[in-house]
Amino acid sequence: MLQVDNLSTGYGRTQVLWDLSLKVDEGEFVALVGANGAGKTTLLKAISGVLKPWPGSGNISFDGKRIDNLDSNQIVNLGLSHIPESRKLFTDMSIRENLEMGAYPRRSWRERRKTMDEVFELFPRLKERANQLSRTLSGGEQQMLAMGRGLMSRPRMVIIDEPSNGLAPLIVAEVFEILKDLRKTGITILLVEQNVRQTLQIADRAYVLENGHLALEGACSMLRESDHVRKAYLGM
Amino acid sequence: MKNTSSAQTARRFAGYSRNRLISMGVMVVIFIILAILPVVAPDSYWVTRISEYMRYGILAIGWVLFSGPTGYMSLATAAFYGLGFYMAAILNGPLPFAVVVILSGIVGFIVAAAIGALTLRLRGVYFCIFTFAVVLLLNQVVLEVERLTTGTRGRFVQQESVHVAYWAILIVFILTVVVTMFIRRSRYGLALQSIGEYEEAAAHSGINVVRTKVVIFATGAIFMAMAGAIMATRRSYIDPGIAFSMETSFLPVLMAMFGGMGNLVGPVLGAVGFTALRDYLVTAYPDAFMLIFGVVLIIAILFMPNGILGVAQQLWRFIRRRTGGSPKTPLEKGGRRAPA
Repeated sequence: MLQVDNLSTGYGRTQVLWDLSLKVDEGEFVALVGANGAGKTTLLKAISGVLKPWPGSGNISFDGKRIDNLDSNQIVNLGLSHIPESRKLFTDMSIRENLEMGAYPRRSWRERRKTMDEVFELFPRLKERANQLSRTLSGGEQQMLAMGRGLMSRPRMVIIDEPSNGLAPLIVAEVFEILKDLRKTGITILLVEQNVRQTLQIADRAYVLENGHLALEGACSMLRESDHVRKAYLGM
Repeated sequence: MKNTSSAQTARRFAGYSRNRLISMGVMVVIFIILAILPVVAPDSYWVTRISEYMRYGILAIGWVLFSGPTGYMSLATAAFYGLGFYMAAILNGPLPFAVVVILSGIVGFIVAAAIGALTLRLRGVYFCIFTFAVVLLLNQVVLEVERLTTGTRGRFVQQESVHVAYWAILIVFILTVVVTMFIRRSRYGLALQSIGEYEEAAAHSGINVVRTKVVIFATGAIFMAMAGAIMATRRSYIDPGIAFSMETSFLPVLMAMFGGMGNLVGPVLGAVGFTALRDYLVTAYPDAFMLIFGVVLIIAILFMPNGILGVAQQLWRFIRRRTGGSPKTPLEKGGRRAPA
């Protein structure tokens, strides 16, 4: 469904990603793991159109259509939603308004009430506080709202950037439960996480990114056994 | 469980629409009073004064429409207003007045869209400086073009009567209020606000950030140019210095801040209060006018961060608390989406 071929990109003249290839099939739950500064977020920015691939460095396609020359909003319209790192909520708006904003593409705007009910079913706590300002939510609830907002455009695939970032361990466990629920809905997921242990428990496949290069890839069950992963990421 | 929540929702909506109906009703009554005023009191002093209030009301709302929610501080108001001046100077006479005003709106939109497409990629202070420069640029370009083509500095404008200008400005004022209210309630209003809060997140929500900004920026310019075309006909002579006066860019900003930007009542209150204050000071203390005016402005900015409206709301809250009512004001109920 999502295909990245030989991607190189960076900021200014600083190259961050070297010749990266990656693929996510329909209905799959793929994880992208790696340490700080490995280039995970940069890769996501390139996929969602914030950052362009360097000239002549390969391409990105979604559903067989090239998307690396499109703007972020056009990519959302195609059904690929990006739930950004550190939530980036509209803090002066209510929860309901944040969600409405997520349904902005015309195609999903008409169905926003129905979608909102579905999102509330997934996150009942948001429903209780629908008219509250989003800045009054706790960290975990804010992450739920960010995810809910990302789902409001009725995407076929979501990219989730570090949902456990800055949350207490108990809440992190809750976030991973939500991710499990999310996959049951059949949506395709690309999850980026630093929390390697928990991520490898719930995803189907994973890519390991190190210093802008793809270090490893494979089924999570296999990566969990890999010596390199055990030593570098699981502390064993 | 489900029943209570739906009942609550129903009540919320009923309350909302009742408030909305009341504010709509008040608005319509005000518009009607304004419309019949020149018939009841044909004294041209008040007609002129109120035209002046409405002119600044239009400019302040037109400015708040875009700059309020997005936080992009535009100083290009004078550019579009001055454009209207020149449209009137060139076309009023050859074309009927109404056509001139409508054409000014269209030209204002096109020019603002072009300027917006160029500048709205800039953020923060860079955008502000660029819009400021646009006014100076237009001033110089028009001056130079006039020198080369007509060999003179200014132009004469075919005048309209006080009353015609009054009704024209009233129509544009109503149009400005209604269109702005409509935009603020629509999905574009919400989109603008989200752009103001987090442009990147807004783009991830599927908003075409640049297009939305350009369209709303240019929509505000329609009203500014129309107001310019009407007010120009109250003068007999214009030149680039008059048409593109920086005061026209700064005053609406100050008025909106003075009145409060939470909803549309704020900018209008600001425009009326500000203009009235200025008129009073100019006549009462012609020498110390600027001094007093400046001090009042500084006090307003320092101590009234939400403008007159904010003070009114605080006062309301205070009274409610004293009488034991709910201390909540409309602003606190959640959502920045303004009630008006």
